[in-house]
Amino acid sequence: MAETHSLQDMRQQAAVAAKVFIQRDYTNGTVCHFQTKFPSELESRIDKQQFEETVRTLNNLYAEAEKLGSQSYIEGCLACLTAYIIFLCMETHYEKVLKKIAKYIQEQNDKIYTPRGLLLTDPIERGLRVIEVTVFEERSLTR
Amino acid sequence: MKNCEYQQIDPRALSVSPSSAQQNHTEKKVQRSRRKWEVFPGKNKFFCDGRVILARHSGVLPLTLGLIVVTCGLFFAFDCPFLVEHLTVFIPVIGGVLFLFVVISLLRTSFTDPGILPRATPDEAADIEKQIDTSGSSTYRPPPRTKEILINQQVVKLKYCFTCKMFRPPRTSHCSLCDNCVERFDHHCPWVGNCVGKRNYRFFYSFIISLSFLTSFIFGCVVTHITLRSQEGKSLIQAVQESPASVVELVICFFSIWSVLGLSGFHTYLVASNLTTNEDIKGSWSSKRCTEESGNPYSYNNIITNCCVTLCGPMPPSLIDRRGFLSVVEATPAAAAAAASASEMELPPFPAKNEANMCTRSTKSVLERMVHSFDSRGLCPPGAPKTTPLGVEVSSMATPSAGCSCQPGVAPCPPFSRSSKRRDSLHSSNPAFRLASPSPSLSRTTLILGDAHDIGFIPLP
Repeated sequence: MAETHSLQDMRQQAAVAAKVFIQRDYTNGTVCHFQTKFPSELESRIDKQQFEETVRTLNNLYAEAEKLGSQSYIEGCLACLTAYIIFLCMETHYEKVLKKIAKYIQEQNDKIYTPRGLLLTDPIERGLRVIEVTVFEERSLTR
Repeated sequence: MKNCEYQQIDPRALSVSPSSAQQNHTEKKVQRSRRKWEVFPGKNKFFCDGRVILARHSGVLPLTLGLIVVTCGLFFAFDCPFLVEHLTVFIPVIGGVLFLFVVISLLRTSFTDPGILPRATPDEAADIEKQIDTSGSSTYRPPPRTKEILINQQVVKLKYCFTCKMFRPPRTSHCSLCDNCVERFDHHCPWVGNCVGKRNYRFFYSFIISLSFLTSFIFGCVVTHITLRSQEGKSLIQAVQESPASVVELVICFFSIWSVLGLSGFHTYLVASNLTTNEDIKGSWSSKRCTEESGNPYSYNNIITNCCVTLCGPMPPSLIDRRGFLSVVEATPAAAAAAASASEMELPPFPAKNEANMCTRSTKSVLERMVHSFDSRGLCPPGAPKTTPLGVEVSSMATPSAGCSCQPGVAPCPPFSRSSKRRDSLHSSNPAFRLASPSPSLSRTTLILGDAHDIGFIPLP
């Protein structure tokens, strides 16, 4: 394919063939971690390594957001001392990382997934339950 | 309740919609876009355009606030002048700081999203049901579903939530009062009028701790006041007669202290062992094994770490995106399967959010029903303003407060739908209204409706 599909074009012209859901993996507790198992429905569309790399990066980003380090403790203690009013004024560390994640997903979609007729949905739009991968029909890719 | 009749409308007529509706559409296109809180399926109340969330049953929150304000008011008015004169000016200062802390923590606990999990989208629900069906028979309704997983080498059972259509993450519980699944669900507190969960537990804890200090402080000050008065050559009765407000404060504080201090102690224990009230009451991690004291897989086995994690850990974001805008897809003949577009759809005024009734049902049966029931629908009379084009994001299809009843031919919700018994009679016959409650955080839904694209509805002015 010579041209790169914009996401908007994809959505307006393509028909959704299937949706694949990557569920959460709770083996390490309640931290946000998605299963890295490669779903069979995507075998024909994308390289296994690439997909697992995306999920692994997302997992690392979420781990960074929920990391219990000195920064989060300082933030927590400061908030407690100010009766949590500070949360109304400043952006928390978690929110900053969520913005980073949104940018990463957008970038991955533009570079890797949209050209292959796939679309990753940011897990925050699904309540951090699943990574939704929309598979568009093949016919929209051939112009 | 009035009968609603829907009439199938040719989508070509959509472009020649009534002038008033069109005028409304063009004039108010931007203003009428709805926010997600307006279509939230849980039993919650929203204020300040979605910034403030409260449970529908706000319980005795006004009483709690009233008691605190009245007691502190009496303290500042009647006891402080005497104590400032005889002791120190810091007494009202400390009292004031504690009072502010208590009120702010209370309001934060009440008005913060406790960690509500948005309900599964229809696609997600269908995917989960598909996975379950493959392992069991699909001819009859299977018993409540559970899934066992390993967390830190411990077996934990995840239950399937029939209302939210998903397997509940660990430590998540469904609050029947709020009709939401709440992460790290502790309990539903009537005193604060909200659930206590992952996001507002620290506010709740600081509220009860500061309230313990406040009540102890006021109690101590009032006792000191009366003692000092009676030492000035007067009897105790005389001292009390001079300051009757102090007796009121004494009584309130005396009875509050037992409960609040007890509660603070209990929650301090919970925080130190990284437990929730829910888990403690159910005895989820009580000593089942003789070798271990507790099998809590979430505990870090270190009191300080547990405290830090619960109280000073990172603040998770709200998952329900209350103030986001709903994006709906306009049903045009060109859009075969409803592909997501960012356009906003103008909808008639939404009645009070409390009227939002959603029928939760199996997505499969609903989609089948939709395909079969595209014929013989009449236009909804003006009293029932809820119509949307099919192929549109299934946000909230609330029935109007006038009560648009089902047509006789439409089947009620299946019996397993827990929260829908009362709502059956209020369902409209529009099949679009009957889809499983979608996630409020949805920005776009794609519904493969087959031949649904050539049927549309227009809102009546």
